Amino acid sequence: MEIFKNTNFDFLGKKWPFITLSLLLTAAGIASLIVKGGPKYGIDFTGGALMDVNFIKRPPTEAIRSALHKAVPGEVEVQEVNNTQGAGSSQEVLITTGAAVTDQNIQTVRSDIVSALNTSFNPNSGGKLDINLAGQTDLMDRLRDPLAAAGASLSDDQLQALVQRILDYRSAHSGLIHNLDELSSVQGVTPQVLNVLKQQCFTGDFAIRSAEVVGPKIGADLRQQAINVVLIALGAMLVYIAFRFEWIYGVAAVIAVFHDTIITIGLFSLFNKPIDLTVIAALLTLVGYSMNDTIVTFDRIRENLRMQVRGSFEHIVNLSINQTLSRTVLTSGLTFLTAMSLYLFGGQVLNGFSFALVVGIIVGTYSSIFIASPILIFWQNLSESRRRRSRPVVDTARARSVANTVKAAKPVKTAK
Amino acid sequence: MKRNLRFKFIFIVVVILVCIYGIIGVPTSKAQLVANWNKNIHLGLDLRGGTYLVVRVDQQDAFNAQANADADRLKQALTKSGVTFSDITVDEAKTLATATKVAIVIKGVPATQAGMLRSVVNDQFSQWLLTPQNATDYRMTIKPTDALTMWSNVLSLTKNTLDKKINALGLSEATVQQRREDADSELLISLPNVDDPGRVKQILQTAAKLELYDVRGGPYASREDALAQNNGVLPPGTKLIGGPTTDSTARSGGVYLVTSNPIVRGPDIRDARPEQGQMPGSWDTAFVLSQDAAKRFSAYTGSHIGQRLAIVLDGKVLEAPVIKGQISDNGVIEGAASQQDANDLALNLKAGTLPAGITYEQEDTVGASLGADSIRNGFAAGIAGVLAVIVAMLIYYKKAGINATLALILNAIILIACLSYFDAVLTLPGIAGIILTIGMAVDSNVLIFERIREELRAGKAVIPAVDTGFSKALLTIIDTHVTTVVSCAILFLFGSGPVKGFAVTLVIGLIANVFTAVFVSKAIFDWELSRPTPVRALSI
Repeated sequence: MEIFKNTNFDFLGKKWPFITLSLLLTAAGIASLIVKGGPKYGIDFTGGALMDVNFIKRPPTEAIRSALHKAVPGEVEVQEVNNTQGAGSSQEVLITTGAAVTDQNIQTVRSDIVSALNTSFNPNSGGKLDINLAGQTDLMDRLRDPLAAAGASLSDDQLQALVQRILDYRSAHSGLIHNLDELSSVQGVTPQVLNVLKQQCFTGDFAIRSAEVVGPKIGADLRQQAINVVLIALGAMLVYIAFRFEWIYGVAAVIAVFHDTIITIGLFSLFNKPIDLTVIAALLTLVGYSMNDTIVTFDRIRENLRMQVRGSFEHIVNLSINQTLSRTVLTSGLTFLTAMSLYLFGGQVLNGFSFALVVGIIVGTYSSIFIASPILIFWQNLSESRRRRSRPVVDTARARSVANTVKAAKPVKTAK
Repeated sequence: MKRNLRFKFIFIVVVILVCIYGIIGVPTSKAQLVANWNKNIHLGLDLRGGTYLVVRVDQQDAFNAQANADADRLKQALTKSGVTFSDITVDEAKTLATATKVAIVIKGVPATQAGMLRSVVNDQFSQWLLTPQNATDYRMTIKPTDALTMWSNVLSLTKNTLDKKINALGLSEATVQQRREDADSELLISLPNVDDPGRVKQILQTAAKLELYDVRGGPYASREDALAQNNGVLPPGTKLIGGPTTDSTARSGGVYLVTSNPIVRGPDIRDARPEQGQMPGSWDTAFVLSQDAAKRFSAYTGSHIGQRLAIVLDGKVLEAPVIKGQISDNGVIEGAASQQDANDLALNLKAGTLPAGITYEQEDTVGASLGADSIRNGFAAGIAGVLAVIVAMLIYYKKAGINATLALILNAIILIACLSYFDAVLTLPGIAGIILTIGMAVDSNVLIFERIREELRAGKAVIPAVDTGFSKALLTIIDTHVTTVVSCAILFLFGSGPVKGFAVTLVIGLIANVFTAVFVSKAIFDWELSRPTPVRALSI
C-alpha cells in the first residue's frame, strides 16, 4: 500500500498562506500571553499548593472554595476533574492555591487544607479514625490494642501485613473506601476484625490522592533553570546541525522548533492550562520530534544538492519535501496516534503532557515544511542578490567574504 | 545461511537473552517472575506513591555558632595573654548566601598590643583571617579554604543526622541526597510509601539539642531581674538561659544563671528510649550517656549534691531539679504528652543534633492510589498506541511491517533491560522519553522502507535496493539521533531530577533504536533474501 507515489506538490509556491497562518497563531498565542501577563505556570514554578482530592460524592466547587477560604490565604482555585477512565462519573477535584505559600506557612499548608475540608465535609467523626485519610502507622496504632481486647491479638508483623492489605485495597479503589463492610473481602479481615474496624474507624467523605507544596524560592529557581536548559539544548542542536550541514540550516531548524514551542505555549495560555514540569518534558519531546522532522528534510536537500539535481534551489527544496512526504506523513501520523491514545487514555496526570504532544506533532510536522525550508530559500535568494550586487567590487577582502557566503549557501555546486 | 549472517543472528539472540535475564532473571514460577520484575524495575515515587521533600540547610546557623564560640574563646585567650580590648562582637550572617562572610569584630586594642593580638590569632585561631579596620579595630573572617571545608562538613553532618532519623523511623528505603550540584545546600529526601509526611517533617526538623547545665543562680522572673540581682554584670564564665515562653513543653518558665559550657551535650548521649512514667498513663524519655560523659557527669553530680541541674532542650529549660545523689550514666526527661512524643524525642536524641536549621522548600506527595492509576492508564495508553502503530505498519508495509514490529518490540525490551541494569528509576518524564523513543523507532523504519521503495521504483533489483535503502537512510538516522543525543546530554548536565530522567531514558532508547532498526532489521532482510530461490519481488 502506498499513499504518496511520486508526488509533486508545489509546497513552496503556496507557502505564504501557511506562513500567514503561522504568524496568526503565533500572534494569537503571544497576545494571549501578554493579556494574561505571561504563561500560566503550574505551582512547580510559581510556588503554591496543589492537591488532588477524591470525594465519595463531590460537593459543588463553590462549597469547597468557601470551605477553604478562611484556612488558606490568597486565592483558591477549585477545578473538577473529569477522567475518561474508570467506572462511573469522576468525583475528583484539583485544589490549587497560587502564591499563598510562604517560607512561614509551607510546613502547615497541607494540614490546614485537610483540616478545613474535614470541618466542612467530615463533621461527625465521633472520635474515630478516618480510614480514608489514615496512614499505615496511624491505623496500626489505632487497631493494636482494641484487637487485643477483642481477643484477636496479632503480632506486629501480622498487624502490619493486615493493615497493608487494607491500604492496598484502598489504593486499588481510587483511594476511597465507601463502606467498611467492603473490607470483608480483604484477606484476614474476619468478622471480629471488621467489628473492631467499625468501632475504631469511619469512612470519611474524601481522600487525598496527591499533594504538592512548593516554596516560592524553589519555584523561581526551577523556572529559570527549565528555561536555561531548553535554551542551551537548542543552542547545542544549532551547533551540531551547523557542523553537519551549514550554519543557516542550524538557524532554520532552531527557528522552526522555536516557532513550534511558542505556538504550543500560546495554546496552553489560550486554553488556560498550566505549564508545569511534566509539560516541560512534553515540550522537550516535541522539540525532539520537530527537530527530527526538519533534519530528515534537510538531509534530503543536502543529498539532492550533492547529486547535482537540475533546477533552482527552490525547486530542489520542493523536490526534497515531496520525496520525503510519504515518510513525513506516515511518521507523524503514527506518532500522532501514540500521542492521541495517551491523551485519551492517559488519565489526569498525563493530560497536560499529552495535550502538548498532540499539538506539537501537528505544528512540528508542518513547521519543517513551511518554516524551516522557506528560511533556507530566503537566505539563498538574499545571498544570491548580494553576490550580484557585489560583483563589480574589486576589494579582495570583501570578495572573499562574499565567496564564503556563497559557499555556505550552495555547498555542492561549488564543491564538486 | 551465510557465515556472516549466522554470526549476526547469534549476536542478536545473545543480546535478547541478556536483556530478558536483566528484566525477569530466570524465573521458575509465575510468582517468581512477578517478584523478579518488581525487583528489577524501579518505579519513581510519582508512579509507586510516596513523598519527596526538598529542604534547605541554613548553613549560616552553623557558621554563626562557630563564630560565637570562637569569639568567646578569643576573649579568654586575649585576657590570658594580657591583650586589652574594649569589645568583641560577632557580625552574624543573616542569609545562606552570606554564611561564609560571618565576622568577629574586635574593638579597642591598643596599637602597642597589635603584634600580640596577631600572634594569638595566628596560633590559636588559624582558620580566621585578621584584617585591621583602623588603628585599634580589627575584623576576623573565615579563610576561604576553611570556610569550604566547614561548609561541606556541615552539609554531610546534616545529611547523616537526617539519615539516622529516617532510619530510626523505620523508613528503610528512604534516601537523603543532594538535589543539584550547583545548589549544594538543598537536600532531596525521598520517602517511598509515605502518604502523609506530617510526622516525618516534624521529626526531621526538630533539632533536639539536649544540654545539662550547672545552675549558679535562679530561677529569676526575667532577664532584667537576673541582671539586677547580680549587680548588673554576670560573673565570668556564666550565661543566662530560659525565660518566659508559651511553649507547653517548657515547664519551668524561670531564667537561670548557668555556666557557659554545659556538662553534658547532645553528642554525649549513647542511647535513648521511651518509658512509662511514674504516673499511670504518663510517658518519659530515658537516656544513657557515653562512657566519657558518664565519668564527667558522675564526678560532677557526686560533688554537687544539693545543687540544681538545668535540663535544657533546644534552648528551653525543661526542668531544674535538685541533685539528690551521684548519678552515673543515665537520666530521664519527664512528662511527654504521649507515647509517640516520648518516642519521637528518644529518636531525635539518639540521631543527634542538626548542626544547622533546615527549612522546607518543597513537599510533593503522590498517593499510592494515584500512582497505581497512573501506571494503569499509562500502560493502557502505551498498549493502545503501540498496537495502533503495529497495525498501521503491517497494513502499509505488509511483510516488511513484521520487520518493523520485531524491531519495535526488541527496542522496548532493550530499553527496559538497560533501565534495570543501570538501576535507573522509571518516572513519568521517563515514560515521555519512552514515547519519543517509540516515535523515533517508527520513524527509522519508515525512513528505511521508503528509501527501499524509492530504489525499487527507480528500477533496481531487490538486493541492491535493500542495501542502498539501508545505507542511505542510515545517514539520516545518524543525524537525527545524534542531534537528539546532543540535546539529551545538555538536559542531563544542566537539568534537575525529572528532566534528567527524561534524558537518560531517551538516550538509552535511541542507542537501542540504532541497533534494532538498522542492525537487526537489516539482518532479517538479509536472511529473507539469502534463500536459495532468488527473490524477485519484495513485500514492502
